[in-house]
Amino acid sequence: MKHLLSINDLSKAESIAILDTAQELARVSDGPMKKLPTLRGRTIVNLFAEDSTRTRISFEAAAKRLSADVINFSAKGSSISKGESLKDTAQTLQAMGADAVIIRHGASGAAQRLADSKWMSGSVINAGDGTHEHPSQALLDAFTIRKHLAKSGEDLTGIKVVIVGDVLHSRVARSNVLLLAKLGADVTLVAPPTLLPVGVESWPCKISYDFDDALVGADAVMMLRIQLERMSEMFFPNAREYSRYFGLNGDRVKSLKPTTLVMHPGPMNRGLEITADAADGARSVIVEQVSNGVSVRMAILYMLLAGAPEGEIIGINREVGAL
Amino acid sequence: MSASNSNYLLSGLTLPDGTSSDIQIANGVITAIGKSLPKQSADQVIDFKGSVVLPGLVDLHTHLREPGKEDAETVLSGSMAAAKGGFVAISAMANTSPVADTAGVVEQVYALGQSAGFVDVFPIGAVTQGLNGQTLSEIGAMADSNARVRVFSDDGNCVHDPLVMRRALEYVKKFNGVIAQHAQEPALTIGSQMNEGINSSRLGLKGWPAVAEEAIIARDVLLADHVQSRLHICHLTTAGGVDIIRWAKARGINVTAEVTPHHLLLTDDYADSYDPIFKVNPPLRTQRDVEALREGLADGTIDIVATDHAPHPAEAKECEWQEAAFGMLGLESALSIVNQTMVQTGLLNWEGVADRMSRAPSRIAGYENHGGKIEVGAPAHLTVINPTQTYRVDRDLVASRSRNTPFHGMELSGVIQGTFFRGIPTYLAGQLTSIHSNGSNSEAQGGSSR
Amino acid sequence: MSLALPAPDITRALTRISHEILERNSGSESITLLGIPTRGAHLAKRIAAIIETIEKVPVQVGTLDITLHRDDLRMRPPRALMPTLIPPLGVEGRNVILIDDVLFSGRTIRAALDALGEIGRPKSVQLAVLVDRGHRELPIRADFVGKNLPTSIDQSVLVHLTELDGADEVLIEGGAK
Repeated sequence: MKHLLSINDLSKAESIAILDTAQELARVSDGPMKKLPTLRGRTIVNLFAEDSTRTRISFEAAAKRLSADVINFSAKGSSISKGESLKDTAQTLQAMGADAVIIRHGASGAAQRLADSKWMSGSVINAGDGTHEHPSQALLDAFTIRKHLAKSGEDLTGIKVVIVGDVLHSRVARSNVLLLAKLGADVTLVAPPTLLPVGVESWPCKISYDFDDALVGADAVMMLRIQLERMSEMFFPNAREYSRYFGLNGDRVKSLKPTTLVMHPGPMNRGLEITADAADGARSVIVEQVSNGVSVRMAILYMLLAGAPEGEIIGINREVGAL
Repeated sequence: MSASNSNYLLSGLTLPDGTSSDIQIANGVITAIGKSLPKQSADQVIDFKGSVVLPGLVDLHTHLREPGKEDAETVLSGSMAAAKGGFVAISAMANTSPVADTAGVVEQVYALGQSAGFVDVFPIGAVTQGLNGQTLSEIGAMADSNARVRVFSDDGNCVHDPLVMRRALEYVKKFNGVIAQHAQEPALTIGSQMNEGINSSRLGLKGWPAVAEEAIIARDVLLADHVQSRLHICHLTTAGGVDIIRWAKARGINVTAEVTPHHLLLTDDYADSYDPIFKVNPPLRTQRDVEALREGLADGTIDIVATDHAPHPAEAKECEWQEAAFGMLGLESALSIVNQTMVQTGLLNWEGVADRMSRAPSRIAGYENHGGKIEVGAPAHLTVINPTQTYRVDRDLVASRSRNTPFHGMELSGVIQGTFFRGIPTYLAGQLTSIHSNGSNSEAQGGSSR
Repeated sequence: MSLALPAPDITRALTRISHEILERNSGSESITLLGIPTRGAHLAKRIAAIIETIEKVPVQVGTLDITLHRDDLRMRPPRALMPTLIPPLGVEGRNVILIDDVLFSGRTIRAALDALGEIGRPKSVQLAVLVDRGHRELPIRADFVGKNLPTSIDQSVLVHLTELDGADEVLIEGGAK
């Protein structure tokens, strides 16, 4: 596997392998070993054409724990903001010897354009492209759910996940629906009809306009950020109506099972899609999602960069496990 | 030896009606049609065995980019691309810079076409000044100019204000003209990138719903009926649009419609790669739409094929989808695609192709010297194609100044063998020659390679 | 394929190694056994059980996965990670006994020493292996050896353990006869 652009790039087995690897890396880096030499000498570039402190720092921490060299290329003040094209930026990175580029970009498909182009030869990891996908977020969400509700080495069969919010514009929703379905979970999307894309009926999940109805028996509730700009584009009349029908408030939290997880990819609009009760309550794993993100991203970097470059296996074939 | 006196014998052809024949041309007209014409009378005999001859193709929708965007295309390079695609007449859309909304600009484009000498270039005039969608342009002045404009279009933009569209439909009656509408309701397509549907939801690209096209078509056929004016719908792309046109024609409404070759072949599945070579306005749609368009072209609901040839420089396509310009090349591959999608599938015979790509476009636009039958005395505008030969499209070999063909790497069926414009071969044996410099054509035995 | 070490000999070798470890370290109090997965981990458990039977007190035992410290990662597709479980008293100031099934080039042990170095500073690091087959590529040697098996470079040594493979045996495969 050379690139991670979409959840569709992963088979079920590969997804589980990433989660298992993340689990071991979490234990190792929380405990005895803070720094691992595995990617020493490799150069990883964070190409963030869109601002995102959280995701960028998470990838940076992951890369550094594996001893890779990290170069940050962020939107503000960079040549991208001055209008340099993706192509020219990529060729600059190639000249700098980037082994991998982690790209966050406002245009859907930007990661794939980079990977398919001949502008650079390293691995491309999609850290969020427009409204298309955010694979590492879905992996860390699945990791979090599995950690609480299933066992290592297993998938998410029978686990009921409800995802709520602006699905139309959400790359987190798209990647999560794909991954959770791949792992056998039962997914329901809840949103006002205006915020569900035409064609969503073809996705591997259920659809509902009724949040309370969908919450019955839910094992995990994932709230998506709603942007207030959507109000001026008439996706819903005002914030009050949105919160009333689609906000995770105290009453709805009370209706949840004690074991139900409350999740949010961040950043949160406290008071709009999620109240303080919900965000800070006992069921919330929102802070844990962030720390799980580092382990999951370490696993992604390990799987993409530590082994032989795709198709290339060199060296003597020795018996496995014995050197 | 002067080119215009050249006397050509084209042998071994198949006419659109299926009969075998030779054709002799001299002084710009067809002088003889029949089997085994005597070869001695000709200055040059060209063997076109295995090929079909059509009346010279006429394109009602071409973007030549000059004036203003000569890095993408010029009237000259666009004319050459047209000749290579078998065309003898093209209509230059008005969305240039400056916009073709005055007699001055359309006369300039017309003159450039004449001096290039590959095809007749007929400028299309803008409906509104500067394509502003609000105020009518000098339709009369353009109609009376040397360019004798009869087709008016804001293509690139929709004339979306119903009152403006009504006025335009009414006013153009005085000049025997036709308004060609680019049907796109702007409010429903803000920031749209590709067809709205299953693929767009998956790819995270903002959708361009079919209804944004169909709503304008429905409105405009009713308007055209109400004010008793002619209407032409550019680049029809949806099954619903075909239904509306069919309904309108059944009611006797004077509407005509066109379809592009790319909409007869490609679907929005191609957007999966995020390669904006497939980004076009109106967008590629679904397989169901492709089938409805083919049927519509076959039964005449759609009157003509028009290329919407839209050249763009490399940097406009070598970027993220959202940043890229909309548009594809079309002139050089058009007839091959119609051959492949319509003739080889049995939907249309060569008489039908002659109608859709020569006769009907000429009739709609009022091009008197074009689209006539292949008969003795007619102007010698001819297109010769070998329908069974195939070729692989190579974007580096196009005559256009730009390279944005979505068919690069695809195998297409049907190779243009020759294009005759005013009796002179502008394209023959792989060589392009202007009628002004014609006289040193290489001897041809047919069978050019691309 | 030939049988180099049958089941009873394996048991005897492990028993002898256990006694040697206790002798060298004056008992089990200061030692921490760390098996290198996969088979080294099982051997470590067995040795721990034997030591506990002799000394009648529990002994510190765990596993040390060295995948992330290997020097040959780029030669093969990415490998799955195995668990690293350090027992409660850690490694700081302890006599760590690394345990593996076969000692060959020595690179695994080099990686284990690096991994151990990230965790802490043992008082000493000793090495126990079931089989030493020679052909060292690094200056590494074992302190406790079950069996010395001279092999040629093109042969393979296969260690089977009941916990994983259904039977206890050490086999030698391949090479010129």
